[in-house]
Amino acid sequence: MTDGFDLGIIVRSVPFLWDGLQLTFLLTAIAVAGGLVGGTLLALCRLSSFAPLSFAAGAYVNFFRSMPLILVIFWFYFLVPLVVGRPVGGFYSVLIAFTMFEAAYYCEIVRAGIQSVRKGQIYAGQALGLTYRQNMLYVVLPQALRNMVPILLTQGIILFQDTSLVYVVGLHDFLVSADIVANRDNRLIEMYATVAAVYFVLCLLGSLGVRKLQRKYAL
Amino acid sequence: MIEIQNASKWYSAFRVLNDCTTRVAKGEVVVICGPSGSGKSTLIKCVNGLERIQRGSITVNGVSVGAPDTDLPKLRAGIGMVFQNFELFPHITVVQNINLGQIKVLGRSKDEATDRALALLRRVGLHEQADKYPAQLSGGQQQRVAIARALAMDPVAMLFDEPTSALDPEMINEVLDVMVGLAQDGMTMMVVTHEMGFAKKVANRIVFMDEGQIVEDTTKDEFFGTRRGERAQLFLSKILSH
Repeated sequence: MTDGFDLGIIVRSVPFLWDGLQLTFLLTAIAVAGGLVGGTLLALCRLSSFAPLSFAAGAYVNFFRSMPLILVIFWFYFLVPLVVGRPVGGFYSVLIAFTMFEAAYYCEIVRAGIQSVRKGQIYAGQALGLTYRQNMLYVVLPQALRNMVPILLTQGIILFQDTSLVYVVGLHDFLVSADIVANRDNRLIEMYATVAAVYFVLCLLGSLGVRKLQRKYAL
Repeated sequence: MIEIQNASKWYSAFRVLNDCTTRVAKGEVVVICGPSGSGKSTLIKCVNGLERIQRGSITVNGVSVGAPDTDLPKLRAGIGMVFQNFELFPHITVVQNINLGQIKVLGRSKDEATDRALALLRRVGLHEQADKYPAQLSGGQQQRVAIARALAMDPVAMLFDEPTSALDPEMINEVLDVMVGLAQDGMTMMVVTHEMGFAKKVANRIVFMDEGQIVEDTTKDEFFGTRRGERAQLFLSKILSH
């Protein structure tokens, strides 16, 4: 930190940072999608009247929710190769860890969403002759998802920020890429300020986008 | 068509239905009335298995509602139901509401279902609202759509659970008119309502319930004549006085 704020280093490292940011996006997108699907299935299990199923889903959720994410990432990094029998690389182990971890949180969000749908709506679907599965698919879940939009977004943003934890297994996400440049060229302030600004802008855009969606699909 | 034999139901220790027995013959319109909390809505929900009875039996078209091997979705598909709070699906349009059961349950094609939906909407006077969402309609319009949705399944009988209780007074008649039309077309109907004008006009029989029991089960003429019992008399004087 010898001279003033150097914008040039930021501009010069854009391609390198972009590679990192792409990994961050990819991780977030897959973990949100996988977590949402897994969480929905878990929520259906938790709400099931078949006791062993609802107990197992409850145990899964409580277990993952009492673990720090970084520990789960570590674990899967060492555990998955053992289970699969060959090294899978940091990316896939992290992906599995995030998806399974997020599924626990999404489960609780989806469960609350399903319970927010009025009993009368379920009756109406049943009265038409819809099966349980059809009633969930066409009547309950579409309404539940709409009710859940704000909290799903919040969880998505938290996840977006949490992906920075992949540094522990040596993946080059956005933060790690910036960190590499910062240390290589001794430009800590420039790079960390850039990272903060990019995270801020992206999260803000995400919030605004979803607010718009929410107005469009409000019930 | 609908046979209810000694039906009883408890919510833990509270007995909501107490040994109810009645029947609705094909083409008959039966009105169920009684004070709130008397078990009318529970009884009608038991007919298509939305609620379960713990003792007794209910059969619809010879099929036992409570039997473990009964295909409940299939049974329900043949019985139309209209709810107090309409219960249109708010996330899809009017025509999609009417199509959902036709396509997913009856296996009709989308075009076939839409033709039927539009014909029914015309019958209830709402064909111009087909592509609106339920929230864009008035309560009376929503309830008429709900009736069309039930009719689209070509039901053998229709159940109405206080269909006008959530409506503003000026909208009650538009819904009752549709129901009177249905009754005159020979639809088998079981109607929980306080609308005694409707009962006088089209009901064949009146069932009066109180505290989970069927207290009176008589023809319309007997009910509105002089032979009704003390409790029904008291109830009628309360709801007819204003």
